[in-house]
Amino acid sequence: MLKFVKHNMETIVGIEIYPIISLVLFFVIFIAFLVYAMTYSKDKIKELSQLPFKD
Amino acid sequence: MEKEQFYYDNKIVRNFLYASIAFGVIGMLVGLIVAFMYLFPSMTDGISWLSYGRLRPLHTNAVIFAFVGNSIFAGVYYSLQRLLKTRMYSNFLTQLNFWGWQIIILGAAITLPLGYTTSKEYAELEWPFDIAIALIWVAFGINMIGTIIKRRERHIYVAIWFYLATFIAVALLHIFNSLEIPVSAFKSYSVYAGVQDALVQWWYGHNAVAFFLTTPILGLMYYFVPKAANRPVYSYRLSIIHFWSLIFIYIWAGPHHLLYTSLPDWAQNLGVVFSIMLIAPSWGGMINGLLTLRGAWDKVRTDPVLKFYVVAITGYGMSTFEGPMLSLKNVNAIAHYTDWIVAHVHVGTLAWNGFMAFGMVYWLIPRMTKTKLYSIGLANFHFWIGTLGIILYTLPMYVAGFTQASMWKQFNPDGSLVYGNFLETVTEIMPMYWMRAIGGTLYFTGLLVLVYNVIRTVMAGSPVEDELAEAPALVKISNKQLKGEAWHSWLERRPVQFTILTTIAVAIGGVVQIVPMLVVKSNIPTISSVKPYTPLELQGRDLYIREGCNNCHSQMIRPFRSEVKRYGEYSKSGEFVYDHPFLWGSKRTGPDLHRVGQKYNDNWHFNHMWDPQSTSSGSIMPGYKWLFDNEAMDHQYIEKKMQVMVTLGVPYSEEDIANARKNMEAQSAQIEKNLNNDPDFVKSYEASKKAAVARGEEFVAMKDREIVALIAYLQRLGTDIKVKKVE
Repeated sequence: MLKFVKHNMETIVGIEIYPIISLVLFFVIFIAFLVYAMTYSKDKIKELSQLPFKD
Repeated sequence: MEKEQFYYDNKIVRNFLYASIAFGVIGMLVGLIVAFMYLFPSMTDGISWLSYGRLRPLHTNAVIFAFVGNSIFAGVYYSLQRLLKTRMYSNFLTQLNFWGWQIIILGAAITLPLGYTTSKEYAELEWPFDIAIALIWVAFGINMIGTIIKRRERHIYVAIWFYLATFIAVALLHIFNSLEIPVSAFKSYSVYAGVQDALVQWWYGHNAVAFFLTTPILGLMYYFVPKAANRPVYSYRLSIIHFWSLIFIYIWAGPHHLLYTSLPDWAQNLGVVFSIMLIAPSWGGMINGLLTLRGAWDKVRTDPVLKFYVVAITGYGMSTFEGPMLSLKNVNAIAHYTDWIVAHVHVGTLAWNGFMAFGMVYWLIPRMTKTKLYSIGLANFHFWIGTLGIILYTLPMYVAGFTQASMWKQFNPDGSLVYGNFLETVTEIMPMYWMRAIGGTLYFTGLLVLVYNVIRTVMAGSPVEDELAEAPALVKISNKQLKGEAWHSWLERRPVQFTILTTIAVAIGGVVQIVPMLVVKSNIPTISSVKPYTPLELQGRDLYIREGCNNCHSQMIRPFRSEVKRYGEYSKSGEFVYDHPFLWGSKRTGPDLHRVGQKYNDNWHFNHMWDPQSTSSGSIMPGYKWLFDNEAMDHQYIEKKMQVMVTLGVPYSEEDIANARKNMEAQSAQIEKNLNNDPDFVKSYEASKKAAVARGEEFVAMKDREIVALIAYLQRLGTDIKVKKVE
């Protein structure tokens, strides 16, 4: 439905910056958190995954 | 180390669970009634507050916010306390959260059937409720963050991250989509109009599914599935990636879908790669949930809780695969406006949301009442009848969707439509509507079995009491990163920083989406022939909103040959500039109405609204007889309405407002005059006059009744740029 009204947005000056910001933001953060998750030590991960069982 | 003693608040969990079950019964019962209205359109004939257009929003709001909403709160209040080794931060906020939420639900259950609605899907509640929802939601958020701050467990488990993201994102979505200016106690107009209103509404609609029906349930999955299977989540690493990618996907996907063609090539290519990659996080989550059961699949055979979870997670996987598919242009061209969408959302709600909630109920109730579930057999029965219900509901709806789409688009060799009469495409899928109603009945039966099982369990068990627990207090350590401490370990023990970072992340994404929507208004080409509605048409439009016509009728003709042939010239953005709110609809149970103006004469509409089958044989539309009641339409707010429209940028002059009543009088008198062209009308009109006199009632002229205002609006629809036929 919305695809038929998108042309209204495309005429906004400098509109392309918005999807680029969000794409770059997403890409950078995704990669950052991929690294973040991968650099966890195995012991720590194991400890964290046990949290629901400590009550 | 010295241990501190404290009590987990179990009573609040119980209260939310009971509320969830009770409202689940009501919400699904209303859904079932609505499903049967397709088969027996006149089953509530003449009762305004039980008509389809008013009950359908009640159904969606009840199941989303009352059934699923209360089950989310129950699960969050249970797991949050235990994951953080503390009671909730504030008993007052806890109670406020519970009672406030239930009062809003009761308010919705009263006002929606009475026709107080904004018409915006899943945000139908009027402005006083919007404010109340915001306040209660904030109370919930403060209570949650307070609990995190006073915790006795250093690390914050991934489930809680999902809860936090839910809180922040829903607050943002709700506030932006609910911006409206009140006219009276229960009537307001959206500050956005037409295209802009549609963009904001579906930004909300899409993300509400993400942040109300997905992220909190994922949090619950990461807690309750390991608990029920008695083994830790398959990969905690994957859950971290799942979380961060998911909350960012939605933020990125919005502008991506909206502004795709304006991207430079490199970004488009990256975007395509990402679109494909992004199926991974959702499926990563699904796989993570399912693989948690590795080595425990034998338990799935015997434990009904795990059975519910397996089907729920599978449903999540199916609908998150289907979602991206539906966003493809060529697939969307088929699916949009059809029952395919109904099938899609019900896979998500019946399987993913419903079965997660049921699994949680069966797991929690025996534990909190310190007893065994009354009957495992009945729980298994519920599982099977529920699963069968989902299949019987969704499969026919997929078939119906494809049937509709293909029938709408078929041409004869001479260029005419094969099924020129929309009704042919309705009668064709009646068997599917029958099967859907049966599937829904099965699913509902399962829920009743759950209610019985829960009542028997609670009766046999001990009363729910707050549970004594003990844990050592957290030793204070430096707020700064410790030597050798990884950055993420530090971040994960700093809840406020963590929340702020998440907020910033979501907010940037939100701003990136909202800004283009806010400036789009000035980019919509004005069409000089498009004029504001006359006062009578505006009143008629509000009746259209009150009766929920937009639940079954779209007002948006797509630029397809099949649609232009069937309905007329395709819709232009500039035609909607005075539409506060937009009324494009999202489903075509009946035909599109954007060019219905002047297509039929006034008498046709008059007869059709009284008894749709009289003008359209086989129609499944109900009659709207109360619009014809011997009562004058309430015009008391017309000047106020026009003034509000002026503040929103609709160019009514002061003179227009001053002459509103005179103008209405003239337009309605003309419509009554037109109606008199039909001798049958004249005859029955005279008869009803005599009948009123005989009853000693004051007779209200037809022109002053609601139906005339509605006809005025319908006859205006799409006529601003209608190409006049040359004789």
